[in-house]
Amino acid sequence: MVKITFIDAAGQSRIVEAEEGSTVMEAAIRNDVSGIEAECGGACACATCHVYVDDSWLEKLPKAESMEEDMLDFAYDVRPASRLSCQIRVTAEIDGLVLHTPEQQG
Amino acid sequence: MTEIIKTDALIVGAGPVGLFAVFELGLLDIKAHVLDILPKIGGQCSELYPEKPIYDIPGFPTITGQGLVDNLMKQIEPFHPTFHFNEQVEQLESIGTPAAPLFRVRTNGDLTFEAKTVIIAAGGGSFQPKKPPVPGIEAYENISVFYAVRKMESFRGKRVLIVGGGDSALDWSLNLAPIAERVILMHRRDEFRAAPHSVNAMRELVAAGKMDLTLGQMTGLKGEGGELSAVTVKANDGSIYDFECNRMMPFFGLTMKLGPIADWGLNLHENLVPVDTEKFETNVPGVFAIGDINTYPGKLKLILSGFHEAALAAQKANRYVFPDKKVVFQYTTSSSSLQKKLGVG
Ligand SMILES: Cc1cc2nc3c(=O)[nH]c(=O)nc-3n(C[C@H](O)[C@H](O)[C@H](O)COP(=O)(O)OP(=O)(O)OC[C@H]3O[C@@H](n4cnc5c(N)ncnc54)[C@H](O)[C@@H]3O)c2cc1C
Ligand code: FES
Repeated sequence: MVKITFIDAAGQSRIVEAEEGSTVMEAAIRNDVSGIEAECGGACACATCHVYVDDSWLEKLPKAESMEEDMLDFAYDVRPASRLSCQIRVTAEIDGLVLHTPEQQG
Repeated sequence: MTEIIKTDALIVGAGPVGLFAVFELGLLDIKAHVLDILPKIGGQCSELYPEKPIYDIPGFPTITGQGLVDNLMKQIEPFHPTFHFNEQVEQLESIGTPAAPLFRVRTNGDLTFEAKTVIIAAGGGSFQPKKPPVPGIEAYENISVFYAVRKMESFRGKRVLIVGGGDSALDWSLNLAPIAERVILMHRRDEFRAAPHSVNAMRELVAAGKMDLTLGQMTGLKGEGGELSAVTVKANDGSIYDFECNRMMPFFGLTMKLGPIADWGLNLHENLVPVDTEKFETNVPGVFAIGDINTYPGKLKLILSGFHEAALAAQKANRYVFPDKKVVFQYTTSSSSLQKKLGVG
């Protein structure tokens, strides 16, 4: 299992275990992580699974593809560290990933 | 007084399930009018995921959202449904009796229908423009902030800020540039989802000094009495500044809202319409709810479930529309009368 830390807008942090091959969004939903809605169920069609990648991980994650960038246009307060968590695959390489959930999902 | 359109069945929503209802009703000789607030058919399949493959449509190992909708359109063609787009169904009033239901239905575009049966296939509700989550935006809506252009003339001589990077944002930038005092397009990045030819046209106008493009995100609004004077912008370098404008149009895509269905005298459960699983009828006899909009024990929001619901609702609708007709169960494969209706007999 891969460990992922979610820190909410108020600074509360939670560590969840994610299965390799699933997505970060799926791990968040399975563990009821607050601040992630994922209305479209991971189809990259809603932008309500928006997260900010912690500075310490910015360089290490594979970059967003253009479909994800397009969908990020619909998210609120998009920053350079913004990602859609349904488009981040869980692999051994991302063990220890730290993400921040936004104040609101659009 | 506007003319009343009389129909056997009125279908609210042109998503996949509303479209297939046309087919099932058609096999029973029931003519249908179909309404949608969107300018096109297909509901979620066309609006949210036209290019994505669906893997659980029986008989199609894989088919895209738009591919399914195109096929449904072909399948229902023999029944010549009448479509009314850009129409939101607002009112549903019962003017008949439980044994012989009749409904008067009105839209926001002033169409009035009289239908013997109403099939609600409204999915997650009406597709509506998504509001940008900027505090206090409601105070400006329809005064100086618009989600759609009704009259181009009302933008003449205005400083119009258009926010977004898709087709709507680009199209309106191009259309309003010659009319407005100035059009400024704002997007969070220098890449656009819109069709390449409109992006090129926009870049040409910017190069010719006929409109402006600025990169950043809107965080606040300033003005009084609904009249906008400036938009607070967070630029991509993190700096925050006020941008003067007196009209603003945000284009952040569409979202589904239940809408007027809540006022139709139907039982509701968490914004869904409860139905039985024999006829998929609501608490109002003659009004059916099928597809994503309904709920019952074990409900799955799947297209295939919606198709099944359409078939059973049509059977009961048939009894309202043709109370004296004897119902015989038939297969499309072997029934010459069904094949005649399909234009293949
Ligand atoms: C990203 C994504 C992927 C999906 N993948 C699958 C999948 O693989 N398999 C599957 O089976 N399902 C899938 N679904 C679900 C599937 O799309 C829905 O179950 C299906 O679209 C429901 O069809 P519908 O006709 O009931 O409603 P919708 O498709 O929601 O259409 C309803 C229509 O009614 C209109 N409407 C509502 N109220 C009014 C009103 N008052 N007046 C006028 N018009 C109105 C709306 O504008 C809309 O166009 C997916 C959904 C999404 C978002
Ligand atoms: S869950 Fe909808 S875009 Fe990620």
